[in-house]
Amino acid sequence: MKLELRGITKTFGTLVANDHIDLTVEAGEIHCLLGENGAGKSTLMNVLYGLYQADGGEILLDDRVQSFAGPGDAMRAGIGMVHQHFMLIPVFTVAENVMLGHEETRFGGRLDLPAARAKVREISDRFGFDVDPDALVDDLPVGVQQRVEIIKALSRDARVLVFDEPTAVLTPQETDELMAIMRQLKESGTSIVFITHKLREVREVADRITVIRLGKVVGEASPTASNAELASLMVGRAVELTVQKDAPQLGDPALVVQGLTVVDPIGQLVVNDVSFEVRRGEILAVAGVQGNGQTELTEALVGLQPRVRGSMRLDGNELNGDSVRSILDAGVGFVPEDRKEDGLVAEFSIAENLMLDRAEGAPFVKGGNLQLATLAEFAEEKVAEYDVRTPSIETKVGRLSGGNQQKVVLARELSRELRLLVAAQPTRGVDVGSIEFIHKRIVETRDSGVPVVVVSTELDEVTALADRIMVMYRGKVVGIVPGDTPRETLGLMMAGEAPNPEGAAA
Amino acid sequence: MTTATQHNAAAPQEPALARTVVVSWKAPIAFGVITVLAAILFLVAGQGGEAVFRISAAGDALQLPEIVLDATVVAWTSTILLLAITVASALLVRSERKVPVWLMAVFAVVFLIGFLTWAAAGARTNVIPVAGLLAGALSLSVPLIFGSLSGVISERVGVINIAIEGQLLAGAFTSAVVATATGNPYAGLLAAGVAGVLVSFVLAAFAIKYFVDQVIVGVVLNVLVLGLTSFFFSQVLAPNATTLNSPPRFERIPIPILSEIPLIGPTFFRQTIIVYLMYVAVAAVYIGLFHTKWGLRLRAVGEHPQAADTVGINVTGTRFWNVSLAGAIAGLGGAFFTLGSVGAFNKEMTAGAGFIALAAVIFGQWDPIKATLAALLFGFASNLQNTLGVIGSPVPSEFMLMLPYVVTIFAVAGLVGKVRGPAAAGKPYIKA
Repeated sequence: MKLELRGITKTFGTLVANDHIDLTVEAGEIHCLLGENGAGKSTLMNVLYGLYQADGGEILLDDRVQSFAGPGDAMRAGIGMVHQHFMLIPVFTVAENVMLGHEETRFGGRLDLPAARAKVREISDRFGFDVDPDALVDDLPVGVQQRVEIIKALSRDARVLVFDEPTAVLTPQETDELMAIMRQLKESGTSIVFITHKLREVREVADRITVIRLGKVVGEASPTASNAELASLMVGRAVELTVQKDAPQLGDPALVVQGLTVVDPIGQLVVNDVSFEVRRGEILAVAGVQGNGQTELTEALVGLQPRVRGSMRLDGNELNGDSVRSILDAGVGFVPEDRKEDGLVAEFSIAENLMLDRAEGAPFVKGGNLQLATLAEFAEEKVAEYDVRTPSIETKVGRLSGGNQQKVVLARELSRELRLLVAAQPTRGVDVGSIEFIHKRIVETRDSGVPVVVVSTELDEVTALADRIMVMYRGKVVGIVPGDTPRETLGLMMAGEAPNPEGAAA
Repeated sequence: MTTATQHNAAAPQEPALARTVVVSWKAPIAFGVITVLAAILFLVAGQGGEAVFRISAAGDALQLPEIVLDATVVAWTSTILLLAITVASALLVRSERKVPVWLMAVFAVVFLIGFLTWAAAGARTNVIPVAGLLAGALSLSVPLIFGSLSGVISERVGVINIAIEGQLLAGAFTSAVVATATGNPYAGLLAAGVAGVLVSFVLAAFAIKYFVDQVIVGVVLNVLVLGLTSFFFSQVLAPNATTLNSPPRFERIPIPILSEIPLIGPTFFRQTIIVYLMYVAVAAVYIGLFHTKWGLRLRAVGEHPQAADTVGINVTGTRFWNVSLAGAIAGLGGAFFTLGSVGAFNKEMTAGAGFIALAAVIFGQWDPIKATLAALLFGFASNLQNTLGVIGSPVPSEFMLMLPYVVTIFAVAGLVGKVRGPAAAGKPYIKA
């Protein structure tokens, strides 16, 4: 089915998320929509799927104008979507999720589960998916959940399939499998819109590429374009894709973690007997697919997890069992994974956020009173130093873009006397320009002799920053390998394969 | 290396995370405390004597003999059994295993038998009418069960229904007035359902359309209904009691054969139409929730409204109509106060039943059957207090009045532990 978007415009208040976007996807074509976070890709697709109503423009399928009042209409017209955040009910089985919204019933209005199961089996056999229709979605790994989403779309005879950032949660191997599935779908005549900001994937599967920046189409590219060309089109200027860093000046081991185990409330060992050490002036990158214990590991390091066993010694002092306050006082800087949830108070100003963890005493608090003049001076200085784009230091942090928010977090954490920096997903949801800046600051921190632990699910970031790489899988350490380990090896490790002996020697 | 490649070639496996047991000493500690209390009560404060359990009611076709228990023997055996269970649970926890639910049930039953024997032996009349105790318990449970069904539906669709109390009260008031005015209890029952729906409309409109905090709307509604009904009761109903507040009551309809079963018959099958309606409602809600399209969509909306929206389900509509349905069910429960048991409307006559029903929803883990069982437990606790008061047990009546609420708190806080409710309950669905 041929899909055509003409002059789609969508505004949220004063923000123009989509500005007269034109896009044509031919039948049996994989069309990539490339753009940074916040460029308006997801908004465009939500308009297409009927979740948002466009303020202007029209949607055509096989040259006929459509009007979608809701997702139900879009689905009936043959549009299916694999959402970035899966639209699955975790407490339902696969079959129940697939049938939801177009349930078949038997005598007496009872659900016809056998029919739904048969449908799941039929589609998963067609694509070699191996999905159990009676499995609870909550129990399935994310890769399989994504397949359930695909089955869901196909069970409604979707002829245009939209994949919204589908690879963000996948291992490199799973990503390759997804690419194969996309090609298979394309051969069966399905049109595919593939939304991503990862250049490598675009070049691999796309037939055509449309680049979006700040809500506008800024150009088309062919899959043969180089990474640098695509990146500059996407960002609007030339971008440095690699991080410049010298060989590390290694000092003594500073952080020594031994047998660290974190138990979650229902008794699962989310971090299972993890041991590693980080030396002064070294970046240890923790790689792995989201949800393999990295979050809990970083939280344990700053004392945010209850039920932690094992030992974490920083410069010889045991941290396990200490309060968050005393761990911060011991010189641990922490960039949390979700800055909106854990890193910032959205309704506080930039200045207030910059002193959040220093409300105990001088220089910002004297005799119980805030020293506002000192704080303002400090904030002005940091805003300039960290290039936070803001009208004033009194602006509420919630109003800033993702990249600027993250710079505020970084400014706060790095402006203390640090003995260890723990940065979890430091560039998630951050624009390319800010990524460069943040990476530079992290490398500078290392070069000043501070040990750094960086957690990232993006292999590009891991290989760019790491002096050594620790891969986690299902709560355990698969291996600790040098920073120049090839991506293929890392990909296998992220799927739980132990590295070969040469790699393990480092 | 070879093993690694072989593994890679095989279908991708997903080993489960290693597990350990998070040990909780809650159960053994609670058992221990209760055992000590029981020992003091039964052994130190017990005076010996006999307790008589009368199983059959006077008019039963099949008469069962009375059970006579010696208080001293029961006191010792029950205390020893309680102690044994406490030790067993402590050993289980020490070996990092969970205390099974059935052990808790056995503990409760043993304690109950010990307690009843002790209370009856020390009372003025040492006879416990078991049939009457159970029948009365069911009677007190009926509004709780209707209320908890209402809560289950409402919360499963994603709207917290604190207003059960208000819906019950509105149902009770309306049914009394309408049944008196028309002289027809069925008209009263219908009107009770309508009154419940009207209360729900307000909740639904504010919670779903205007995103007002659901708990606050619910609390306000309770106060509003309480105020309105009290006002109309004192200003209108009380001066005109015969024309507005003397509704005809539903007759008891014994079900043939079933009603002759000893103990069970008189309890469950010599009841009014409202109670039979309740049996049907429990079964219908259970089957509806878990085996029909209606239930699947309802639960989807309560768990993940956005996912439901993306498959073309109207989230707002589903929530609105199911909250209304929940109101209708609670309204029927309110009618039981006036048309089923008391026979006239009284100021504040629901007396917190709506909140106990809410507790039953949580204790019953948002499952209609389990919530019903929980409501029965709370009803039983209330009636135990009545019965012990009647036979003149040695426990001070002020203390006994606490019993239903103590059981509620223990049940919800102590036994339930961590349960997961519908994920989106209480969260308004705001579309961009």
